[in-house]
Amino acid sequence: MLELRNINKQSGAEKHLSDISLRLERGTLNVLLGPTLSGKTSLMRIMAGLDRPTSGTIHVDGVDVTGVSPQKRDVAMVFQQFINYPSMTVYENIASPMRVARADRKSIDDAVQRAAALMKLTPYLDRMPLNLSGGQQQRTALARAIVKNAGLVLLDEPLANLDYKLREELRAELPRIFAESGTIFVYATTEPSEALLLGGNTATLAQGHVTQFGPTIDVFRSPVDLVTARTFADPPLNTISADKTGNTFVLESGVGIPAVDAIADGIYTIGFQPHHLSLTPSGAEAVALRTVVAALEITGSESFVHLRFVGADWIMLTPGVQDFAVGQEIEVFLDPRLLLVFDGTGRAVGQTPALAA
Amino acid sequence: MTDPDMTAGMVTPGAATIAQPRQAAALNRTRSSVRLGWLVPTLYIIFLLLPIYWLINMSFKTNQEITGAFTLWPRDFTLRNYTVIFTDPSWYSGYINSIIYVVMNTVISLLVALPAAYAFSRYRFVGDKHLFFWLLTNRMAPPAVFALPFFQLYSAFGLIDTHLAVALAHCLFNVPLAVWILEGFMSGVPKEVDETAYIDGYSFPLFFVRIFMPLIASGIGVAAFFCFMFSWVELLLARTLTTTDAKPISAIMTRTVSASGLDWGVLAAAGVLTIIPGALVIYFVRNYIAKGFALGRV
Repeated sequence: MLELRNINKQSGAEKHLSDISLRLERGTLNVLLGPTLSGKTSLMRIMAGLDRPTSGTIHVDGVDVTGVSPQKRDVAMVFQQFINYPSMTVYENIASPMRVARADRKSIDDAVQRAAALMKLTPYLDRMPLNLSGGQQQRTALARAIVKNAGLVLLDEPLANLDYKLREELRAELPRIFAESGTIFVYATTEPSEALLLGGNTATLAQGHVTQFGPTIDVFRSPVDLVTARTFADPPLNTISADKTGNTFVLESGVGIPAVDAIADGIYTIGFQPHHLSLTPSGAEAVALRTVVAALEITGSESFVHLRFVGADWIMLTPGVQDFAVGQEIEVFLDPRLLLVFDGTGRAVGQTPALAA
Repeated sequence: MTDPDMTAGMVTPGAATIAQPRQAAALNRTRSSVRLGWLVPTLYIIFLLLPIYWLINMSFKTNQEITGAFTLWPRDFTLRNYTVIFTDPSWYSGYINSIIYVVMNTVISLLVALPAAYAFSRYRFVGDKHLFFWLLTNRMAPPAVFALPFFQLYSAFGLIDTHLAVALAHCLFNVPLAVWILEGFMSGVPKEVDETAYIDGYSFPLFFVRIFMPLIASGIGVAAFFCFMFSWVELLLARTLTTTDAKPISAIMTRTVSASGLDWGVLAAAGVLTIIPGALVIYFVRNYIAKGFALGRV
């Protein structure tokens, strides 16, 4: 078990991490989700022992390892850039952690062949890493991490620079490979969809804070605050401020949305995912909203419709190719049961969307 | 929406008429440059190689021919000058001395510069930029400035007339240069390579020797070349700090005046032999030097 207690990291006047406490259990997959510069890499470097936290401690199975060098920790790490040893062959690159650990030839060869087969690198073992494609270079780095068989595996956006197809393939493969060894698997990503595909637990990071940590689906369905909800939404979360009076959220335009939970009257921010807007009412309670089309992006099977509603800019994700003219006024529908409600300080209140995701 | 099409349609015929004379002019230019293309490089090579040719030419002549007549090639071809150098200890010991202190200096410079350059490329510390610049300023002073202090200092330690004295004195100029060159090459290696090695379990010395040094091998080659060349051609300090036992070849060459006058032929042969090591070293590191230029150093 890896435990971070009140980790702070400051470099000069900049605060990279503030008061982070996390407990990662053995055999779990943990996703660090956050935009660039949110502190994912800083946190991973501290977990690996490459950097020392400014304050706070790190415990592995109850033992304080805060100042212990990475050599003495049971850890493997893969960086976002393709990092290999350019002067060694792919085989030697993969074998390197075992060579340093003075394993015998036979077990090195077995482990390297197994990892190379998993990463589909067998034909390239005699090549130099710089003569490989980017994907193959990163798979070499991943194979090295597999061979190390460490208790803590840190992958810092390992698939970010790979092509789409390879990414899909490896994303499915990686958790399975590392799950077998009962390791603590930590995976940093900027993409909410990647976190959802990986499953496991997710810690959302925003500006050096862990805003929420828990099972990925729970974090996605019921974010504790607006920041988490925004971090965990791609395309961006749609929000609008609403005045709750009685059983209704009154929007600026005067449109009312029925409020499900009994919460105090006042000003709230309501949020909902882009795919919660639809062109046809999803049920009897769906609220109709008149919006203006601001832009249209078509991916083929889906359309992202950028909408303007009173003062707010929204995005609607809707299936099929939609053909709207910019400036056209259209009616969209929102299911009030799917709303996320946040109070003035950004904390989520009451309402837990029952049918979210 | 139709604008781009229209302009494109209007431009095309005009472009065609303009293109023709322009093409003709270009053809003319290539033709004339083909005709005169040989001239500049030929002149360049003649001017560059003439002194070297003359030196080689002289080294195979007898003294009478050198002083007596103007000949473009040796009429009376002789190897006597080279025989003198390879048989007379006072000559060939100069080469041995030079090679000893040059190699010593190159090794010391690299051993000192490698860790220093690593520190400059990987760590930020108070005044690092100033210190880096200050190192380089050492190269801005002429060696003559340091001749007297070195002589005084080494006399006190009994180092005068040893190979070590010259090797150490040249370090003053070569270490900063080597640090500067190596820092450029090291900064080209991402820091994550170091970190990956630490995570893999490499200790720092093991990482440095087994992973890092092969990565900057070309930088080490270039730095070694510059240390070698400076130390090989430097005359003033080498002559000041030696008397007999460690006298370098360049110093011996300046003392060939004897009662019978100057021995031109032997001197020319010594000159040829002095050029050869430098030429050999350049040949071996020529590709690395190009790489060094590409990295913005050297």
